[in-house]
Amino acid sequence: MAEQRSPVDGAPLVTLYDEELPPDNSYAFSPEELEEDEMILNMGPQHPSTHGVLRVELKTDGEIVKDARPHIGYLHRNFEKHAENIDYQGVIPFTDRMDYVGSMGNSLAYALTVEKLLGIGVGERVAGIRVITAELQRIASHLLAMGTYGMDIGAFTPFLLCFQQRERILDLFEWLCGARLLYNYNWVGGVSHDLPEGWTGKCRRFLDEFVPVLDEVDKLLSHNKIFIRRTADIGIITPEMAKDYALSGPNLRGSGIDWDLRRDDPYLGYENYDFNVVVATSPHGPVGSCWDRYFVRVREMYESVKIVRQALDRLPAEGDVHENVPRFVRPLAGEAYCRSEAPRGELAFYIVAENKKPIPYRVKGRSPCFVAMGLFHEITRGEMIADIIAIIGSLDIVLGEIDR
Amino acid sequence: MITRFRQIEMRLMGPLTMIPIVLLLVILGTIAALPVVATILSELVADFVPPALQHLTIVVLGTAGFVGILALNPIYSIWLERKVAAHVQDRLGPMRVGWHGLLQSFADGVKLMFKEDLVPRDADRVLFGAAPMLAVASAFAAFAIVPWGVREDGTVLAVANLNIGVLYFIAITSLGALAVLMAGWGSNNKYALYGGMRAAAQMVSYEIPTAILVLVVVAQVGSLSIPDIVNAQAGGILGVGDWLIFQLFPLNLIAFVLFFICGLAETNRTPFDIPEAESELVAGFHTEYSGMRFAFFFLAEYGNMLLVSMLAALLFLGGWIGPFGSNPLLFFVKGFGLVVVQMWLRWTLPRLRVDQLMGICWKYVIPISFFLLVVTTVIKGLL
Repeated sequence: MAEQRSPVDGAPLVTLYDEELPPDNSYAFSPEELEEDEMILNMGPQHPSTHGVLRVELKTDGEIVKDARPHIGYLHRNFEKHAENIDYQGVIPFTDRMDYVGSMGNSLAYALTVEKLLGIGVGERVAGIRVITAELQRIASHLLAMGTYGMDIGAFTPFLLCFQQRERILDLFEWLCGARLLYNYNWVGGVSHDLPEGWTGKCRRFLDEFVPVLDEVDKLLSHNKIFIRRTADIGIITPEMAKDYALSGPNLRGSGIDWDLRRDDPYLGYENYDFNVVVATSPHGPVGSCWDRYFVRVREMYESVKIVRQALDRLPAEGDVHENVPRFVRPLAGEAYCRSEAPRGELAFYIVAENKKPIPYRVKGRSPCFVAMGLFHEITRGEMIADIIAIIGSLDIVLGEIDR
Repeated sequence: MITRFRQIEMRLMGPLTMIPIVLLLVILGTIAALPVVATILSELVADFVPPALQHLTIVVLGTAGFVGILALNPIYSIWLERKVAAHVQDRLGPMRVGWHGLLQSFADGVKLMFKEDLVPRDADRVLFGAAPMLAVASAFAAFAIVPWGVREDGTVLAVANLNIGVLYFIAITSLGALAVLMAGWGSNNKYALYGGMRAAAQMVSYEIPTAILVLVVVAQVGSLSIPDIVNAQAGGILGVGDWLIFQLFPLNLIAFVLFFICGLAETNRTPFDIPEAESELVAGFHTEYSGMRFAFFFLAEYGNMLLVSMLAALLFLGGWIGPFGSNPLLFFVKGFGLVVVQMWLRWTLPRLRVDQLMGICWKYVIPISFFLLVVTTVIKGLL
């Protein structure tokens, strides 16, 4: 057994074991502990609506779920260990693969952390472009959440309408940086490509055409009576619970807590934009229900449209996006923690640097989805099987980010 | 290169595309001319078949005709469903195989036929194999009492003109629940079991209001025979005014809507598709089925959709009676119109939860249908 200690203050970081530990199966349900009429139902990792490769073990009594235990790790790709062997800029493509439907937000959070470590800033044009791409990514991610949530409840049509619009955002990103899903766009100190000619016009056109479609899908799904009855009184996260479990993002705001890093701990000049922080009002049931979390996402899209419009208006015409990009990233010994409001909540990176080394000593991602999975067992207890799906969908988890 | 392939494909597909169109035209033409066809057939049978076998021959011919139409029904229905879904969702749907994808379902059918017939190792092989057959049998057998029209001499065009037709319908559709339960149990799969149990609970529950609503009609007309029920709706303004749905307004309208809802629930269509709820139960009771056995469940599903739509058309919408006189094609159009409504609902609405589904049945549909039965009976008694 050996410990790795931080080069900064000597605090223990990682414990390495020489021998392989025996597998620990105590977490899974055992058939012996079942009472009469109870059954273990294994949901996932191959299941149409666990949003990736989440595996949930359910102890069921008929349709009632007595207990649920999530098993994660099926998408573990060892990102944090990989990052200890690659130079600072090389980590960015790995961060893209964490939350693979919100890649812009991940690389942005990482780039901000490294910039904080280096003590460099970015120009106004780069900040504007970053805000635009981050908010477009938020819209794309929320569209995916909205569409798949409809599908979880059984409505297939909103899914395709949402994906049509998401496709247009991906087209914009493809024009911008050549990739549709994993962009490698936010660099340390800049962005990889400047906006192409005509991009802003196309982006404005998209926003103009997107809002009516969003209105339509909203009418079709959000206020549907069946949809409300399915979602408005299940998976309740009380404000206290949300705070206790350190939820963030739409999940936290869905519990009625007014907290958004873009306003409360601004970065990239978010304090200069005029937008509202969407907090659940819960007209259909107790606060913190699945419907509240879902509807916060829907309304956040309108706010993101507002931010993108403002950012496009005040984007400086001239500016070199590679101006502040350092040739070598070799920070002094130190550590940095920087958080940002990714589509799924507070995404943060913690980096420990050794003196003038080109590779980070330790990179740690703080994943909002992982935190959200922490209270999964609490809100699923006593619900029905169909509600489990609704709850997973409303937490809007991405397994790439949970497992990393 | 691609154009060249496209040309070859077109040359191959061109004549093939004609097959479904010609088939469809033949079916529609036969249906439209059903009274004439039936007359010619019965004359031919009278001329060439010995008298002892005449009745049997007519029944066999009629059955073969209906089974042929029913076997082709899913092929066109699936194509129609995909097109309806596509246009609801702002896309095109099948376009490649044949003219506007008309051959797509044929291609899918061929694919399903050649697929490996998988049976899970621990499955109950007897139940597993019998379930799809029973599903198809119950769906098809119910069509025996569906009358398509009347000839001028008053003969009813049906495989079996039962005088207790509606009772037969209620009895035979209950078999479908058994098939689903058998499939769910026999697969030895927990998701399939859930699907089977849900389906059994749902179908048995919704059979009660269905039967009561049929009784509402029976009480007003005074006959259990479906041709009598339809004939009682003849006449009125434009041939439409005396349809049952417009009588005793709005009682029968409510009865029709409830009957249609029960039909949706009995055929497991959205918003009542919880036995095969894809997002929860993977595929529900047919999770383990593949190939032809899977296709059989599809056959049964689309057969049932058409059945409940046609029953609703017969009981409430005047069957073959309409503004242009009486014609089997009119009945066919009404039946398929209601099928399209089912598809439209499916691609618009989310799915209910199992307890809510039961709640709707026991708290609302059954009391209201009882109320309708009592009120219509009292009014009929007073008149």
